[in-house]
Amino acid sequence: MTEMTKIVKTLANILFPFTVIFGLYVIAHGHLTPGGGFQGGAIVASGCALLLVAYGSRWVFTRIKEKRLAAFESIGAIAFITVALLGIVFSMMFFGNFLAGSNLLFGTTPATGSTLADFNTGGVLPLMNFAVGVKVIAGLFVIVLIMAYASSAKEWGS
Amino acid sequence: MEKRVIAGALALTIIAVFFVFSIFLLHPFGDPGDVQMDDHIIVNTQNETGTNNAVTSIVFDYRGFDTLGEATILFSAVAGVIMIFRRVKE
Repeated sequence: MTEMTKIVKTLANILFPFTVIFGLYVIAHGHLTPGGGFQGGAIVASGCALLLVAYGSRWVFTRIKEKRLAAFESIGAIAFITVALLGIVFSMMFFGNFLAGSNLLFGTTPATGSTLADFNTGGVLPLMNFAVGVKVIAGLFVIVLIMAYASSAKEWGS
Repeated sequence: MEKRVIAGALALTIIAVFFVFSIFLLHPFGDPGDVQMDDHIIVNTQNETGTNNAVTSIVFDYRGFDTLGEATILFSAVAGVIMIFRRVKE
């Protein structure tokens, strides 16, 4: 995929930061507002795909290696499984919510009923949102990047 | 060839019969039927998971295995794409 004109590049420069910030907001507030790790990760990855369309896959590929993105994808998966397994250790259940109501990190229990949003709630849900967000950002971006690059390059590898 | 057509038609008929009979087992529109689990989640989600967002509490806490499966699907999709589009230098 070759790079596009200056108009497209300028628009991508303007839109890319807002897209990434909005996606990170959706990930970070996954336990308070609609959305979560999957949705926010898809938003951030679509912003990266916008960059890929505007600047061309070769330009992006010289700056981000797909192995590093794949490593981030694995890191997200390992973090997700680790939080799930810590539930066995601390609350005797797989996916047990051991941080809820413990007054530690994200441990505040909200009052019953309709209350104001408090970021410091949710137990392990924000941690799982962050892990899934990292995983989805890296996973979708590496899929788009590799398919775009493989359709333009004759051979690449190792 | 003839046997294959007959077997395909038979399988299609059986699946169609299952789908048609399942139509009559659906809840009527607007009546969700037995909602004990929904009521339990709506009442207890703020005490048990400590979050205001019931949907996220279902996705990541009550039905965590489902999310684990989704993450596995994404992982295998990434692995498959990397494997298919890799060209080895010769």
